Amino acid sequence: MSAVMITRKVTRKWEKLPGKNTFCCDGRVMMGRQKGVFYLTLFLIVGTCSLFFAFECPYLAVHLSPAIPVFAVLLFVFVMAMLLRTSFSDPGVLPRALPEEANFIEMEIEAANGNVMAGQRPPPRIKNVQINNQIVKLKYCYTCKIFRPPRASHCSICDNCVDRFDHHCPWVGNCVGKRNYRYFYLFTLSLSLLTIYIFAFNIVHVVLRSVDSGFVNTIKETPGTVLEVLVCFFTLWSVVGLTGFHTYLISLNQTTNEDIKGSWSGKNRVQNPYSHKNIIKNCCEVLCGPTYPSVLDRRGVMLEDLSSPTPSDASAASTHKSSNPVSQTTKSSAPLIPNEHTPDEAKPGIGAGTQKSTSSPKEEKPPSPTSPNAVAPAVIKESSH
Amino acid sequence: PADTFHNLQELRHSASLATKVFIQRDYSDSTICKFQTKFPAELDSRIERSLFEETVKTLNCYYGEAEKIGGQSYLEGCLACATAYIIFLCMETRYEKILKKISMYIQEQNEKIYAPRGLLLTDPIERGMRVVSFANTWEVFFFFKNVS
Repeated sequence: MSAVMITRKVTRKWEKLPGKNTFCCDGRVMMGRQKGVFYLTLFLIVGTCSLFFAFECPYLAVHLSPAIPVFAVLLFVFVMAMLLRTSFSDPGVLPRALPEEANFIEMEIEAANGNVMAGQRPPPRIKNVQINNQIVKLKYCYTCKIFRPPRASHCSICDNCVDRFDHHCPWVGNCVGKRNYRYFYLFTLSLSLLTIYIFAFNIVHVVLRSVDSGFVNTIKETPGTVLEVLVCFFTLWSVVGLTGFHTYLISLNQTTNEDIKGSWSGKNRVQNPYSHKNIIKNCCEVLCGPTYPSVLDRRGVMLEDLSSPTPSDASAASTHKSSNPVSQTTKSSAPLIPNEHTPDEAKPGIGAGTQKSTSSPKEEKPPSPTSPNAVAPAVIKESSH
Repeated sequence: PADTFHNLQELRHSASLATKVFIQRDYSDSTICKFQTKFPAELDSRIERSLFEETVKTLNCYYGEAEKIGGQSYLEGCLACATAYIIFLCMETRYEKILKKISMYIQEQNEKIYAPRGLLLTDPIERGMRVVSFANTWEVFFFFKNVS
């Protein structure tokens, strides 16, 4: 009676997340669906900078100052770091409501709306909350089955509700929201500086060299200059403009989404309840505010392996029994069968809480080598007591 | 066996809807993370109002501290920016440290206060910081007793 069959399968939560995101590096990297324009951005930045380092820098380092290429490298590294941070991080996706929460909310809505006569359209699902003496309407998201928190919006490209949704940026291949807005802003700012820097030093280089060898010869010696100037010229207008626009939004503590919709345009005496009415305070909140954690727990392990658990799994296993009662009804003899149809229900907060909060930036040791994606088999424990 | 099974399933199903009580977010103070301290009617017979309120207020304090914009958050922000945020790959942010404290607090509260009353408090971070939920565990213990 002690035959034990253990099939181990490590499925991480990112594999079962709804929405249309792309994940890489076993859940460490999270991007939007369409990545083509992002590759173009990378190509333009890396390409133009490579040309600059190859053609202009040797001359400028010798004739002007070696600090010029050094500063260019620093700026380039900063731009790339900001771009990758913006593109690869979770913008602030709100997880969808689990069935119990969705039902609870449905019951609340029905209680609030009362009886709807057959044939009549049910009233729109809106909750009113008061923020800083202003009534803000919270809309219900039919896809995510939640009332969206203030400033959250549903992105149709990524099919997720994102907190403090700004916009979906194809250039970075991801949504821009609460968690990555400051990286996005620093990216546009530093890219503007880099573009201006390269543009300016291209001109300086051409002028200096033309004095020595003449204009035509200069172009022949450094053909990359023409390309760089072209790219920089067109980039300048768009990126500098975008930086200016976002600086304006930050000073008013508004999002692009709110600006486009005209939420706080002043009609009907509606004002922005989130603004501190002070430019410095607004900038500080957006740029120097706390770094919000991801609530997605992409690298959390979904199924518990009871034969060789990680320390937090072991403590979670005992509490798992008590908080996942639905699975008990199906098998009376095996007390612990993971629940396949509510994948997010698997872990209660207690043991796993500490594991979750460090999962995004840190290395997480998987309990077993990761195996390819497959339908999760059951873990059966022997039931002789 | 099949009959008892069926009855137990029904009990489970009818209890499952009433199993969880959700405490929603309080948005009166703008978008900072704060939960409503209004005592829900479903918990009336299960726990004293004062204990419940204390738990939620303490949680709100923790979140308020994590999201506070002041000297420490500026320092952390500027330092991180100066290193192109690469430092976040090795260092734990203040928010993450406080989240750890919160999960330990919730564990302690469950052990001392809620488990003896047959309730289970879940960490809001699992629900996207939208709700704090109280799960009813007594039916589950009862269920186990019947089976063995």
